[in-house]
Amino acid sequence: MVAQNIFFGVIAAIVVVSALRMVTTRNIVHAALYLVAVLAGLGALYILLTAEFVATTQVLVYIGAVMVLFLFGIMLTKAPLGGVMEMTGAQWPIAAVVSLLIGGVTVYSLMARFGSDRLTSDGPIFRTADVSDEVFSTYIVPFEAVSVLLLAALIGAIVLARKD
Amino acid sequence: MSLLALPYWQETAIKLGLALVVIPTASLILVYLFLFKMMAFMQSRLGPNDTGPYGSLQLVAEAIKFLQKEDIHPAQADRRVFRMAPVVVLASTFLLYVVLPAGPDAVVQNLDTGVFYAMAVSSLSVLGILMAGWASANKYALLGGLRAAGQLIAYELPLILAVMGVVIQAETLNLQGIVEAQATGEIFGFGAIGNPFILTQFLAFLIFMISAQAELTQTPFDMPVAETELVGGFHVEYTGFRFLLFFMAEFGTAFAFSALAAVMFLGGWWIPGFDVDDNVLNILGPGVMLAKILLIAFFIFWVRFTYPRLREDQLQKFAWKVLIPLALGNIVLTGIFKVVF
Repeated sequence: MVAQNIFFGVIAAIVVVSALRMVTTRNIVHAALYLVAVLAGLGALYILLTAEFVATTQVLVYIGAVMVLFLFGIMLTKAPLGGVMEMTGAQWPIAAVVSLLIGGVTVYSLMARFGSDRLTSDGPIFRTADVSDEVFSTYIVPFEAVSVLLLAALIGAIVLARKD
Repeated sequence: MSLLALPYWQETAIKLGLALVVIPTASLILVYLFLFKMMAFMQSRLGPNDTGPYGSLQLVAEAIKFLQKEDIHPAQADRRVFRMAPVVVLASTFLLYVVLPAGPDAVVQNLDTGVFYAMAVSSLSVLGILMAGWASANKYALLGGLRAAGQLIAYELPLILAVMGVVIQAETLNLQGIVEAQATGEIFGFGAIGNPFILTQFLAFLIFMISAQAELTQTPFDMPVAETELVGGFHVEYTGFRFLLFFMAEFGTAFAFSALAAVMFLGGWWIPGFDVDDNVLNILGPGVMLAKILLIAFFIFWVRFTYPRLREDQLQKFAWKVLIPLALGNIVLTGIFKVVF
């Protein structure tokens, strides 16, 4: 358990520092790359929690697809090299308050619910087959709802992108 | 199960050391066998196949050439990102080797998500390519990076969808499980050679190989590094050791994709006549895998040295309008057969 704790500390530090750098850097491509570090760190944390399937999905969806599309879009449109631009808008105090609120509520609810629980080193290992069994039996309705939602977003994107 | 019972950290250290030896060796084998020898014979090139006995010293000559080159950065380049990019690409290759099995126990980590994990980490190389293209401060490099990203995103989908057919038939994502499903399978009640999925999933095999060709940016899908159009694509500004990292990643990934195809379609390390968990297979398995990998890599490089380059729009159309519908059809058919039989 000691090894897990040490690695949790290391990974958490990387995630926090990258997250801070992401919002403070002046270079938009650097910001995107810091976001990659944050998402990769979260994937590593999922591995520490033995949630292998979630970790792999995190890498495939967020880093392999979403972040690549982000970077692709940024580089295709505007990405001045070494470009320092003012990326802090006038609404930053509101944004800071909102993110502090969200962070506070999340931490509070997690502490209130799981504050005294301990993960044991012989805790459950979440097999991929168990995940798929759950998704296609207990959680079938939310699963279908999410897929319809994604389809709607997809159609919406096509409608917006159409020229005529 | 395992022959030796070592503490976790010792086992990990041994596996890590092995992987560090295997990956460069794998890319050297492919470079020597196919890039130097086979290409030279196929295209009547003089030189690369006759330095030293059987052309074996060509590798040494190339290595010395790369190592003595100066490490140059373009003046406008974003240095940190520029230096990180080849490492990111190579890391994606290294991560692929974690799940590749060469025997019942001869695998770095037998992950439950096997194939899914391999697809996920192989998509990381796009990130490094985009970083390289952008940080080089060169419009050809940027164009090459963008082309690579568009191509890799487009061909990742048919690649994953083709794998789905195999996963449905084997009923598992685990690569060892897929080998076992083929070893214990039967062809119309005849089980002596198992049931290599290339027989039942031939369409998936074709789609997988074509998409892998594009994922590896080999000709006819080599627009991201097309010399005649882009000088050298995303790695045009890289010299010496940093270029060598890209080069090693390219051939290391080619080896890994061939291994994936061998595991999923040709039965992997299993030899007919042996039990699936026979300890002898831990020793014979790597040899069988190597033979199958070289066979598949031969096809990849055969196509590479034979066909001319496609156009960018043809490439995108081929992925979205031909390969993806075919792969989806394959999934539906496999699903129907799975339920009926």
